[in-house]
Order: sequence, then structure tokens, then C-alpha cells
Amino acid sequence: MSSTQPSSLASVANARVERSKASTATGTGLEARGVHAWFGKNHVLADINLEFAAGSVTALIGPSGCGKSTFIRTMNRMHEFIPGAAMAGQVLLDGKDVYAPGVDVTKIRLQIGMVFQKPNPFPSMTIGENVLSGLKLAQIKVANKDELLESCLVRAGLWNEVKDRLDAHGGSLSGGQQQRLCIARALAVSPQVLLMDEPCSALDPGSTLRIEETIRELSDSMTIIIVTHNMQQAARVSDYTAFFLSDGGPGEMIEVARTSEIFSQPKDQRTENYVTGRFG
Amino acid sequence: MSTVAVPTMPWAKSPQDRILGASFLFAAIVFAYFFVAATEMKGKLAYAFIFFVAYGVITSTFSFINRGPQAAKDSFVSTLVALGAVVTVIPIASILFTVLQKGLPGLHLGILSSDMSMATPTDPIPTGGLLHAMTGTLTLVVLALIMSVPIGILTALYLTEIKGKFAGPIRFLVQAMSGVPSIIAGLFILSAVLYPITKGYSALMGALALTILMIPTIARTSEEVLLLIPNELREAGTALGGTQWRTVAMIVLPAARSGLMTAIILGIARIAGETAPLLLLTGGGDKVNPNPFSGSVGSLPYYIWKSFNAGSPEAITRAWAGLLVLMILVLILFIAARALSNRKMSK
Amino acid sequence: MTTATLIPNPREISTEPRRSDKVFRGVVTGGGLSSLIVLGLIAVFLAYRGFEVLREEGLGFITGADWSVTLDESANVVESNFGLSAMLVGTILCSLVAVVIAVPISVFSALYLNFYAPGWLKKILVAVIDMMAAFPSILFGIWGFLVLMPSVEYWGKLINRYFEWIPIFEVEPYFFARSPFVAGVVLAIMIIPIITSVSREIFAQAPLDRIQAAFALGATRWAMIKAVVIPHGRSGVVGGAMLGLGRAMGETVAVYTVLNIVFQINWHILLGAGGNVASLIILKFGEASAYEIKALMAAGLVLFLLTLAVNATANVIVKSTGKSGR
Repeated sequence: MSSTQPSSLASVANARVERSKASTATGTGLEARGVHAWFGKNHVLADINLEFAAGSVTALIGPSGCGKSTFIRTMNRMHEFIPGAAMAGQVLLDGKDVYAPGVDVTKIRLQIGMVFQKPNPFPSMTIGENVLSGLKLAQIKVANKDELLESCLVRAGLWNEVKDRLDAHGGSLSGGQQQRLCIARALAVSPQVLLMDEPCSALDPGSTLRIEETIRELSDSMTIIIVTHNMQQAARVSDYTAFFLSDGGPGEMIEVARTSEIFSQPKDQRTENYVTGRFG
Repeated sequence: MSTVAVPTMPWAKSPQDRILGASFLFAAIVFAYFFVAATEMKGKLAYAFIFFVAYGVITSTFSFINRGPQAAKDSFVSTLVALGAVVTVIPIASILFTVLQKGLPGLHLGILSSDMSMATPTDPIPTGGLLHAMTGTLTLVVLALIMSVPIGILTALYLTEIKGKFAGPIRFLVQAMSGVPSIIAGLFILSAVLYPITKGYSALMGALALTILMIPTIARTSEEVLLLIPNELREAGTALGGTQWRTVAMIVLPAARSGLMTAIILGIARIAGETAPLLLLTGGGDKVNPNPFSGSVGSLPYYIWKSFNAGSPEAITRAWAGLLVLMILVLILFIAARALSNRKMSK
Repeated sequence: MTTATLIPNPREISTEPRRSDKVFRGVVTGGGLSSLIVLGLIAVFLAYRGFEVLREEGLGFITGADWSVTLDESANVVESNFGLSAMLVGTILCSLVAVVIAVPISVFSALYLNFYAPGWLKKILVAVIDMMAAFPSILFGIWGFLVLMPSVEYWGKLINRYFEWIPIFEVEPYFFARSPFVAGVVLAIMIIPIITSVSREIFAQAPLDRIQAAFALGATRWAMIKAVVIPHGRSGVVGGAMLGLGRAMGETVAVYTVLNIVFQINWHILLGAGGNVASLIILKFGEASAYEIKALMAAGLVLFLLTLAVNATANVIVKSTGKSGR
């Protein structure tokens, strides 16, 4: 472990862990037990066992096609929208299997929010309506909508930019603003867990920075799982990092540890090769 | 855990769900039966209506108890949209069934060999046949094809290959042309050709009107097909020094061949049963007319129309038989077009 | 010139096509213009033939309801009155009834096909519905007359019994046979496949990432459709409905078989007295004098312009939705 690059990444990650405070996150977190996924006959993900402690930020890294996105889509049951999709194993939210018979899938998705790769605000709604759209979709009543609207936008780091034009259409924002709007939208239904599927891959560096700040602030109150291609980003924002890899067969999780460890002293040779940039 | 993982779909309906769904269905049927029996309502419509209302109410109540008001609405809408699909399909089923049921008694071998020149509407079914109508329809379709295929494909080529400054307006006009009522096409040929020039019925007059109706179908479908031809093929042709004309003739059109066939078949299906303009232009003779350019000519739609209006039981049966033949023709054309376009897709 | 770096003017690239290409381009352009020529000629010829009647009748051709020709013994026209208003009102009434019935059913079945039906069923249903769109109108006409009409008259009586207080459902005298309602139902069945397939295509273009976003926020299927699909497809459905309206207004044979044509303006859709421009042409054509034929040509011109306007509007709407969806 003598390469220079990992040690610099590790120092960022160390700073991150030291900074972590007492968490206000509720619940006992999320756990994947023996999760497999298939598309038709194609086995894309094999036997993933991962625990996400409440209030932690976990980054999933790995080269393209290793099943990271598929994995987080099994967490909030978005996986099943793809025709031919199948899975095995359990996903436990507060100890309860989200795939158990009789579970209301819409409730699961309210508790496990998601931010997608490309910003996708609803084009027919204003900025304000977009933020509150989750409440409307699931018909949740709240006492003070304006207060919730403001607090979500503040937490997503967008309030100052849009407070004067909440009635403008979501499409009038820049890409980075739209993505923060989508984060605010996900926050409005107060999920326990927030899944982020490469949320910065379509954005410029400045917007990326803003979103990373947002992630750090949100981690005080919720569990965050972020898929990223960008190792620096993983080092900057996460407490834990899991490395996924597929060698032609189904994607597997090679290693999970504190982020600083993954980048400084990975246990697996393949992890080291990846974080030092020898492939991927 | 060393057991081999098996792919499962926890979101799919479990056997319990299926039993539950079936019992809801059963409950709705039973309810509809007794409700209709107990009240003064009657008829199939009442059964169907009460059944769907009952089913919608039962499923959404169940969803409400289990998952709340949003799920209840969702269940109710599921019933509603399924009802929409059922209402859409019922007429097709009814048409297919009725035409088959009423048309079969009117079929006999003679329809292929004799015409109606020696038969009156009240003659028994085995007298007379469809020969004149089938040859007439064939003549009309062939003439219309000769005129509409070149024009339709040229229009499509203009839109996809030349992309001239009129491409936008022409695409718009072709769309507009596809909405021209068939009777108007007939009136136009009547006023522009039949009255001033030929002054008499003929297959050609009918075919001219059918051409107007057929061009937009062929042009639009061909355009879609030609747009699917990758631009690399065209560039490859031009890069080899071919003129545009040669590139189109030797590369683009052959590559689009089966798609263009689909376009032509859909065009035929569009006009094969067209009735209104033929009533104005072809005279609808009962005898086989070998001359496409002069004299009254029969056709399947005209034959059906004439028999239907004659009104006697035998004539009505003949009309149904004619409809059956026409429907089979359209079905064959439609299936052929689908088979061709599917083959193109899978390539 | 003070600046050292000169930005050159872009050169114009010109190619002189070979003669074969010039001929090719000429022929193809000619073919392409055919639709323009045909549409123009239709308007010109119908106007030319109908001119005499239009001039004679003036505005009365549109506003009058009487359509009668009086002949003397040697078959000369003594007096003639050509007014199209009853037929126009009837045409609009029948097609509106058709659209009002067809749109909800089509939208529901398009939603079912796109978001509810299992894959195998969707394939079959789409093929069947497309096939129905290709069925000839005479099939719908005769089936409508012999099979459907008795039921529809019964439905008409039911509507009349419970909704008579709404003016358009009044029936006086009590006569339900071959009413605009019956024609409207037959037309509805004919245009449902058209509106369904237009709506289905528009709904299928609803952006997938927004659909996923709605589901990820805990939406049920219906909540998702309301939030994403309907706003996206609304104007496309309006366009599809107008395409159906245009088709219904120009439909001839199917309406003629099931509609009782009366030369009197009637707004009561359940009453067995209707009008229809296209059917008028078929009805009067057989025994029409040369002068009456001209009147029919003028009627054709009115119908042509009406359907052209409706179709053009529809196409503009459908096209603009398709663009904004991308």
C-alpha cells in the first residue's frame, strides 16, 4: 500500500470521518442480505450482503456494468419496473423485509427516496409544486406547506436561488439547480434513506461541489447511499465505501470498509488496483 | 449461506393474490346476477354495467382497507381502463362473429364462377355469384395501384431524399389529404373527369378516386420506412461516386423494399372496401366487364351495397356473404402487411 | 487593416448536379407536389361546378334548411331551394356525439394498453385495434344497422327516461329510430381505434425518467399517470380527438345506413331525425337533375373545407405535442 494516490484520497476521507457528528437519523438503517438480481436469464448481481447504519453515507464504487445501480434500485424496489427483472435475497428496512408479501411498495418508496442520474423535475409543475409533488402523489397531508417547502429547499441548498420564483417552471433552472430541486423533492416526504444514483455525473464541477455539500449536511438526519464513478467524490462525501466488480459474470461486492481504509489499505488486490487507477 | 440463489419475483402475483382476484371477479358476477334479477333492470348491458361497478367497488374497498385511499383510487382506475379496453374490443368481436355467422350460409362454389347478371334479388342463394364483383375490385385495385404507387413513393422520396424547401408544407398537405372524405374524392372525379371528359361510368373513374385516397397512405408509410434507412448507406453510395439518382435507385429503394411492400399493402387495405366514391363513379354493373376504360363495373362494396338495399332475405344473405369475402380480403392484406413489417424489424 | 489575424469569409460550396440528378430531382419534386395539386384541384373543381348554385342561393345555402326541387311536366326546374343548414347541423351533431363517446373510451383503452396490460395481451390488442381501423366503413354500416341499432335505440330510450330534463335529450314526437345518437354510436365505434392509437403513441412518449421519478416518490400507477402522463399527452389527445372528428364528419356509407335524413334542423340527438352532408350526396345523387348535381357539388365543397380545417388543426396539435415531448 505504498502508492501515493490512495494515501491522498485517504486523507480526505479521514477528515470526513472525523467531522461526523452525533446523528439525528431515525430507524436502525438498511440491510441487504444475499441480494441477487437478474434481467431475464442474465445474472447481473450476486450475493450482496451490506449493512447501512442509520445516519451514515455509503459510497458504491466500481467500473461500469458492475451492478451498482441495479443494486440500489433493488433497495427501493425500482428494479421491478424493468421487464424480465428478478431478484433473490432480502432487503431489510428497520429489520423488516421490503419484499415480504403484503408490503405496500408505495410506502417503501416513501421511506427510501431516490435521486436519479439525470435531473428529472416534472415539466408540467412549478418549482414549488415540484418540491411538494411527493405529498400530492401519495396524498400526504401536512400542516404547513410553506414551511416544509422552505425547509426542503434550504436543506437542498437551493432556497436562496429560487425563493423569489417558486412559481417558475422547473425546466427554467440550470442542470445543477434542477438536480438540487430533485433532492428537495425527495426530502419533502421525509425518507429515512436517500439513494443517489450518480447524481453528479451530468453536472459541471461547481454544481457537483454544491451537491456534495448538501449530501454532507443531509447525512446528519438520514442514511445515504450514493453510487459514483468518481473516486474522489466517494472519498469526499462518504463514511463507508463498497467496491463492486464484475469479471464478465454477475457483479459482486469485493470489499466494504471505512472509506479511509478502502483508499489507504484495501484488503483485496482488485480493490487496490481499482482505487489506484490501474483499471476501470 | 451456501444455498444456490433462485431468481424470484416477489412483486409478481402470488397464488393467494390470484385466488383473491378470482374470488372478487366471482363475487362481482354473482352480485350483478342477483342485483339485476332483484330490480327491474334487464338486458346484457345491465349485467355488464353492474358487474363492472361491483368489481370496481369490491377491489377498491379491499385496497382501501389494506393500503389506504390512494391505492383504492388506483384499483378503481384499473377497473375503469380495463373497461375501456373491453368496450373497444367488443365491437370487433361482434363484427367478426356476426359476419362469419351470417355470411357463411351465403357462400357456395358458384360465387367464384358466376356473376349476378341473370339473378334477381329474390332468387335462391345458389343462383348468381361474385365473379363480377371480384374481378371488378381487382381491376379497380390494380388501376389505382398503377397510379398511386409511383406518386406515393415519389412523394415519400421528396420528403426523405430531396428534403426540399416544400418538405414541411407537403408533409402537412399529405396529412390533410389523408383526411379527405371518400365521397369528396368521388365528387371531384365526377366533376373534373367524368362529366367533362368520359361522360360515362368506368372502372378507371373509380380507380382515379381510389388513387386520391390511397396516395396519402402509401406516401406516409413509405416515408416512415425510408427514414429508417440509415444515412450511412446513402453516404456510402455518394462517396463511391454514385449520383443521387443511382444511390436512391440502387441502394435506398432496394434496402426499403419490404417496407415499401407493406406501404402498398396497407394502401390496398385502405381502398379495397371503399364504397362511397364507387357509388358515384362505377355504375355497379352485375356483369363481368372486361373493359376497364368504359362501361359500368361491379365491385365487392357495390355488390354488398346493392344487395343490402334490395332488402329481400336472399339479398341480405348475399350482402353478408359479400361482407365476409371483403372482410377476409382485408384481414389477409392486414396480416400480410404485419408479417412483412415484422420480418423487416427482426432483420 | 489593423488587425493581424484575418478571419476569412466562409467559402460557398456549390455543386453542379449532373443532368441525371436534375431529372431525378425534377421528377421527385413533381411527385411530391401532387398532394398540393390534388387538394387544390378538388377545391377548384367543386367550387367551379357549384358556383352557379352558390351564387343563386347566396348565404341561404348555409343558413337555409329546405332542400327541394319542383319540376314541371317536361322535367324543367320550376323552383328549387337548396339549404344545407339541417345537414350541417346533423353532421356536426353526429360527429360530436361520436367524439364525446369515443374519447373517454379511447383514452382509457390507450392507458390500459400502455400501463396496465401484460406484454402479450398488449401485442394482441394493438394488432386487433389497428386491424379495426382498416375495416371498411360499409362493414360498420351494415353491422350497425342490423346488429347494433336495436340496442342503441333501447339505450336512447333509457337516456331519455332519466335525462329528459336536459334539452338535447328531449324526444318529441316519441320516435327513436335512426336518430343522430344511433349514427353517433356507430361513428364512435369507427373512430375509437383511431383515437386510441394516436393517444397510445402520445402516451408512450411520456418521458420514462419522469415516470420513474413519480414512482420513486411513492406514487401509485394512477397517481403517476395523473402527474406525468396526462399533462404530457393532454394536447395530443385533443389532436387525436379532432382527427376522429374529421373522420366522423366525412363518413358516408356507415352514416347513411343508420340515419334518418330529415330536412329540418334538429338538435335533439335522440330524436329519429338527422342530417348529414355526405349522406345527402348519396341520397340525392341517383335522381338528381343537372342543376341539383351542382348543388351537391357545392355541398361537397362545404364538407371538404370543413374536414380540411378540422384535420389541419388536428395535425398541427398532434405535431406540436410530439415536438414538445422530446
